[in-house]
Amino acid sequence: MLTKTPRNGKNGKRSLRISELPKISTATDTREILAHAAKEARRDNYFIVDVDAHVTETAFWPDVIDRMDSDVYKQMARAFKERGPAPGLLNTTPGLLFQDVFGRIPHQQRLGETVPGGRTHRQVTLVQRAMDSLGIDYMVVFPTPMLVLGMHPQAEVEVVIGNAFNKWLTEDVLPQEPRMKAMLYLPFNHPEACVKAVEAYADNPSVIGFSVTSTRFRAVHHDSYMPLYSAIQATGKPLAFHSGFHWGDQSMQQCNRFISMHSISFVYYNIIHLTNWIINGLPERFPKLRVIWIESGLAWLPFLMQRLDSEYMMRSSEAPLLKRRPSEYIRDMYFSSQPLERSNLELTEATFKAIKAETQLLFASDWPHWDFDLPNSITTLPFLDEEAKRNILGFNAARLFNLEIPEHKTLKAKPKKAPAVREPVTA
Amino acid sequence: MEEIVVGRLADIPDGDYRIFAVDELEVGIFRTGSKVLAYENVCPHAGGPVCQGKIFNKVEEVITPDKKSAGLRFGKARHIVCPWHGYEYDLLTGCHPGDPSLRLMPVKVAVRDGQIYVSVPE
Repeated sequence: MLTKTPRNGKNGKRSLRISELPKISTATDTREILAHAAKEARRDNYFIVDVDAHVTETAFWPDVIDRMDSDVYKQMARAFKERGPAPGLLNTTPGLLFQDVFGRIPHQQRLGETVPGGRTHRQVTLVQRAMDSLGIDYMVVFPTPMLVLGMHPQAEVEVVIGNAFNKWLTEDVLPQEPRMKAMLYLPFNHPEACVKAVEAYADNPSVIGFSVTSTRFRAVHHDSYMPLYSAIQATGKPLAFHSGFHWGDQSMQQCNRFISMHSISFVYYNIIHLTNWIINGLPERFPKLRVIWIESGLAWLPFLMQRLDSEYMMRSSEAPLLKRRPSEYIRDMYFSSQPLERSNLELTEATFKAIKAETQLLFASDWPHWDFDLPNSITTLPFLDEEAKRNILGFNAARLFNLEIPEHKTLKAKPKKAPAVREPVTA
Repeated sequence: MEEIVVGRLADIPDGDYRIFAVDELEVGIFRTGSKVLAYENVCPHAGGPVCQGKIFNKVEEVITPDKKSAGLRFGKARHIVCPWHGYEYDLLTGCHPGDPSLRLMPVKVAVRDGQIYVSVPE
């Protein structure tokens, strides 16, 4: 790690630069927090698309509220705000504030750094600092507390908030930074409102897809959703299911620690939705609709592929639309990498083979959340060759989302130096 | 190895710590009682700035003789917590509490005449 410097000091001694580094707090600049990542990024120079990072919409909640269509809900939201810091109407999930491990991980708690005044939106500046530090070329942003809005008991509130968030994001934030992209929020508890959202944003160049927050009790195969899937398929843009957690879910209430609930919950919702998606033959009904499963890691996939295959071979009469084994449909889907399980690299390698990671896996950081992954989660994997790393880090996403690749980062470009000088990252 | 003065011990109160960059080498200096410890500011998990994190006492769970949980408490062991992902390391051993093979890289440190000396490769 030490870089030797010339002996150019007094008496033949080399001159070393000594400086003090700050303790990291909620007020620390993102560039300081991610300074170590920036060194790796400068060395590696990969083309990177981060398909799952987050804005903190509640930090700009008055602006989101201002975008609400209904004066009544706008007044309700403001009335909540006047009572305290809780964002009105959002019905935030139990457990959300546990994420920073009770003050141990400041960037999860709050990005409270100062930003220059002026026309650049504060959220844009925060994202730019993270992108530049992590060496990311495109960052796809999702909301944060709204990931559990699907559990709101009032479907109409999900519509009002979802639409307001989409307006805020596409009108205030995304136009300022073409490297920022979004897969717009679909208020999935109201299928017709989802179709309207798809129609409204289908041609927006910053909107590269549409997303359903998985934390909800809705059957994705219900007939009411078929017009939505048709509409998305017609846009040519993908549909993502972004998972999350909810400690209020009765199953999750059996867990007494956040670690237990969080570990299971993120996988649980996508297991259910993907199972329904396959068994009800949605890949056959919408063969051109590309589907992405986000923020559930990957270890659940070999389990589900084998389990569904096994049962399907015995009970194919219950899944009559299928023309192939369930695992074959799953291999055609796309998955985001974070949080990438890699405490047992043999299992990780087998998982990568099972899901055809070289063409189907998309790097995701989840920044600024506590369990974020860095590009080194991919670059240090010893079983991947250089081409596979480049596909997963960026080229798979570029193909999927039709993103322009800077000339100096095309497939023919070589890294400045060989990556992965550190030992493989284990997590 | 070459010894470099990074600061005065009197500037680090007991229980506190400071982090220095000596060219590319980043070192956390921890003062705990009569001991002064130094570790590289690189988390063995993902390369995070571990020494720039916060110190927490180790959380312990109290188990009664009949094996029931009597709740959580802070123990005496002090942990430095990586601010990137929350990996914790015992300040005295440098080891993760659940996997001692995962440990911080120690840096040779000495105190003479009130000055803190860190050894860096020549």
